[in-house]
Formats: sequence, C-alpha cells, structure tokens
Amino acid sequence: MDLLAFARGPAFWGALAVFVAGAVWRIASIALLRIRRDWSRPRRGLLAMAGRGFLATLTRSYPHREFIGRTGAGEALGYSYHLGLFTVVLLFAPHIAFLGSLLGFTWPALPSSLVTVISVLTIGLFLAVLFRRVTSPVMRLLSNFDDYFSWFVNMLVMVTGIATTAHLGARYETLLAVHILSVDLLLLWFPFGKLMHAFYIFPSRAINGAVLARKGAAS
Amino acid sequence: MSAPAAIPAPAAAAPVPAASVAGAMQGFAREVGALSAFRMESCIHCGICAESCHYYIATEDPQYTPIWKIEPFKQAYKRESSTFAPVIRALGLKRKVSAAQLEHWQHLLFDSCNLCGRCSLICPMGIDIAALIEQARHAMFDAGVAPSELYEKARCQGRSGQPEASAEPYADRLLAIGRQFGVPISLDLAEAEVMLCVPRTDIEHYPSAVAALARVMEHLGVSCTFRSDALVAENYGYFSGGQDLQRAISRRLIDQAVACRARVLLVPECGHAYTALRWEAADLYGKALPFEVRAVSEYLADALAAGRLRLRPVDADGGSMTFQDPCQLGRKGGVTHAPRALMKAMHVDVKEMDNHGDFAFCCGGGGGVIDIARAAPLRHRTLEVKLREIDATGARHLLTSCSDCRHTFDDARRHFEWDKSPRSLLELVAAQLQAVGGPP
Repeated sequence: MDLLAFARGPAFWGALAVFVAGAVWRIASIALLRIRRDWSRPRRGLLAMAGRGFLATLTRSYPHREFIGRTGAGEALGYSYHLGLFTVVLLFAPHIAFLGSLLGFTWPALPSSLVTVISVLTIGLFLAVLFRRVTSPVMRLLSNFDDYFSWFVNMLVMVTGIATTAHLGARYETLLAVHILSVDLLLLWFPFGKLMHAFYIFPSRAINGAVLARKGAAS
Repeated sequence: MSAPAAIPAPAAAAPVPAASVAGAMQGFAREVGALSAFRMESCIHCGICAESCHYYIATEDPQYTPIWKIEPFKQAYKRESSTFAPVIRALGLKRKVSAAQLEHWQHLLFDSCNLCGRCSLICPMGIDIAALIEQARHAMFDAGVAPSELYEKARCQGRSGQPEASAEPYADRLLAIGRQFGVPISLDLAEAEVMLCVPRTDIEHYPSAVAALARVMEHLGVSCTFRSDALVAENYGYFSGGQDLQRAISRRLIDQAVACRARVLLVPECGHAYTALRWEAADLYGKALPFEVRAVSEYLADALAAGRLRLRPVDADGGSMTFQDPCQLGRKGGVTHAPRALMKAMHVDVKEMDNHGDFAFCCGGGGGVIDIARAAPLRHRTLEVKLREIDATGARHLLTSCSDCRHTFDDARRHFEWDKSPRSLLELVAAQLQAVGGPP
C-alpha cells in the first residue's frame, strides 16, 4: 500500500471514526449531565424561550451595536477566515467530488482559480489571526497549547492543499497524500480540542438566549 | 477627576488549607451541570469579553478579562469532571488548583467583578460568563477565600437578619423614620397583600427612600407590612458566595411572606436583592414561591398602567435627568421599561447615556464590591468610565432605582468632587404623587 492509498484508506477511515465517535461522546457526556430545575416564576414561557434560544444561535454572529466599536475589527477577522475556510472546503471541485463520494450527492463548485485566490487570502487571514493572538495581551494570556495546535493543524491543511493544487515541491500523488494526511490529523484532533466549538456554538448560544428570555432580559 | 490610582495587590490573608481548596474544587466540578459545562467548553479564547468589562476598559489590564476570572475553575472542571478528566489527570495535563491561585483570584472574582453580566451579552459563543463567576464565588466561599467583609456580613445576616450590628434594631429605626418623615409604617401586620423589605443601605444612608416607599404604598391604598424578623432586602450570602447562608437569608424573607399571607414580596430599590429573591430564592427554597416577587419600579409601573397611580409632571425648570439602569434589574432582570414608563409619566426630560438599558455600564459598586475596602482604588478607577458617560449626556441630575448604585455615586461625588447628587426614582415618584380622580 503506497502513501496515498494509506492516507485516503485506513488513515482516513480511522480518523473519521475517531472524529465521529469522539465528537458524539464529548457532546453526549455534557448533554447528559443534569439540568437543575429552575423554580423561579418565569417572565416568558417555553415558546418564547425556544424562539429566543433559536434566534440567539443566529444573532450572536453579529455584535450588538454598543460593542461594535470595540470588537468589530476582531470579529470581522474571525468570521472572515471561517468564511474562507468553509468556501474552500465546500466549494472546491475536488473537495465536492470527494464529499460526494461519501454523501451520495454533489453540488456546483466555484472556479478553481477563484478558490485558489480565496485559499491564499484565507492563509493570510490565518497568519493575521495568529499575529493577533500573540500580540494582544488579552489573547496571549488566555491562549494555551490547544489554541496554537488547533491553529497549526488548520494551517497545515490549508498549506498542503495549496501546494497540492499548485503541484509545488513534490509529485502530485505525494502532495495529495500529505494533504489528506493533514486532514486526517485534523479529524483526529478535532474532538479533543477547541475545534469542538463548531458544535458547541449552537447549544451555548441557544442556552444563553433561552435562559435570558425566561427572565425577560436581553440576550 | 483625580489621576488613576495605583491598584493595590490583594491584602494578605491567613493561609488557606490545601484540603479546603481541594474539597471546594471537587465540589465545584461535581456541581457543574449541563448548562455550565457547555459554557466552559465553548470558550474559544477570543478575548472579546474583555471589551465589555469596565474593569478592563478602565485599566487595559488583561487579568480583568471576564473569562480569565474563572480560569482556575475551568482548570478544576477539566481535571475533575470533564469528558476526558481521567486522561487529563493521568497525563498531568491540568494541575490541581492551588491555594495561592485562589488567593490571587479572590481579587479577580470579588474585588474586580460586579456580577453585572455585561460580558454575557458580548460573547460570540453566547457564554453566560456572569453565571460562571457566580458559581466560582460559591467555590471560593467553600474554600474559605471570600473577602472577610462579605464573609462576616453574610454570617451576621444569616444569624441575626442584619448584616451588621446596629445601635438600635432596624425595626425601631424604621418606626423612627416613619415618625421623622410623618408617614405610617406598617410593621408586623398578621396579614397583608404586600410584604415590604428595605435595603440596609437605605436604613443607614437614605431614610428618605424608606419613607418614600411607605408613602407610595399608603397612596396606593394597598395593605402592606414590614416584618421585623425579615427587614433587610440585601443578601450577603449571595455576595459572598455562601450558598447555605444565602438560603438561610432568603428563607427568612420567604417564611415571613408566607406567615403574613402576602401575595407579593416587594423588592425595594436594590438590584442584587432582586436577583437573589426573584431568580434564586425559589431554587434555594426547593419549590415555587407561593407569592410573586416584584421590583418596586415594575410594581409601580403596573399600577400606573392600571390607572391606580397618577403622577404629576416634574418641575420643567428642574433640569434634565439621566438614568442609571441597575444591572441586576435591567440587563439581568428584564426591568428596563418600567422605570422609563414612570419617568415618562412624570414628564422627566431623560438624556440617555451612550450605553443605557441592557447595555449600561455597572456603577462599580455592585456584587458586594462597595463593601470591600481594599477594592476602593480600583473601583474609583473604573467608575471614571461611568462618570464620563453621565457627564457626556449633559443631564443635570442622575436618577437610579438601586440604593447601592446611589451609594456608589455618592461616594464618587465625595471622591472626585463630582457635581451630581444621585437621586432615587422611588423618591421622585413619592414626591409627584397625585390623587386618582384629582386634577390632571
């Protein structure tokens, strides 16, 4: 078995299994913890709580007017690289073909040249995010191994992806194998670190929206 | 305003036994339910919460980043009860929380947090950081690391009903206030529709606010009573993190409200009393309360809407006013419209601050901070953020509906030689009462 066959075969399926099992286990182990009954008299009913909880999952993506002046730039940077990442992962023709082979359906792709430009821009945004993390006293204080390793794993996927597309530095098959192995590494790491925020973001926002709606308070 | 003062290091205290710390951290980790676990797991270390906190904004010191204030508790949770806790312990990925850590964090959790909840509105992940800080305070108290001022007041209030000894019992003080202001004080009626209580701050510093409460209730013609066994609205158990004491203090008010068959327990102008009674008392009681808990401003706004309360317009030459929203009533309690309805009814010329309503900055005195002597220099420094906003409105007067806010601004008046004297919304209402059916 050559490197490419290993990367897209047993390595990928093993990593995917760890990703799925780990993510499900991690979410379930929290969701199954007790939720203490709140005996206080609610100001809003269950329907309003559910509605505000759902809305919060969307509206928290945009800062309140009162905070934009202080947080707008940082949030724009954060959302920009996420957007770049999703675009590259979901709208690049080879990725669609691969995901289609797993899911059984495909969707239209963006032109490869455009995706390449977006990839380069996204790498630039990744570097800006790292620069911000190491230069901001607040972020530097909060950061730990998880932050830097998660950044590294994502960056590795992006860089190997561009190298593969551009045929830079080695045979295409080798570059592709390395790229897929970097994806395997990302899948392996995902359930153990902060990348889980991709799943936690929904319950976390919804809980905040629902709990504050119960009090008739702002969220 | 004076130049920013140097912020002192937390005062040295008696060493905390390691066993107390270990027990408190394990207790914290055990008590983490699904909601708090999601909150702690969701943090992406973006640091955005710092931009909501008046302590960080005033000092730009990263240690005042709200989520950093619970760092040892995230550490304890991950080590003791998170999904991978056994692996984390086996590999030594998270160390045990030490007594030295908690001693340092006393400054971050008590001296530099008002539990105001502004950080909970900014977090892009939706983490209710203030709720986590409140839980962390519980563990700090259990570890024996609560500030002595809060600890002593909580113990005293749990034992006697008063947070500190007074020359005369508060019941006697109440009756004396009634005589001084010429208002009837109903005390220890066997039955009443509304049970009243008062902030200790009002008894000690603002007796006119106590008289205003009595005057308004007399005007409404509602049967009401104070109960000498449960006069104080504040809950120092809540401030200090002592849950058993918070329960005992709440229970005293609940039992008295039940005894006089009150339909409503009316919370006076005190933000934290509202949180403790409206949102937390029933949980500590273990069942639904058999009466409603209402803030006095929302009670009066309801009376206004129902036509049972009529108010005269304020003197047009009296000047404009700005309103300080108490965090626990507004942002965390949902009572932002009621005070504005009352001000509108009195034709108050309101000049809102840039950050008002749900987004108002805390006065800096809440969460028990005003009671912590060593926290005063930092509190004054953060207060400058608020005073600048108030001054920028151009309003001549400052109005609020929380006696701790009022007390904090009075302190600012003395410290900064500030030119505004904070006023009570309740007192303004009491001064503008008009007989229903009387001339408009």
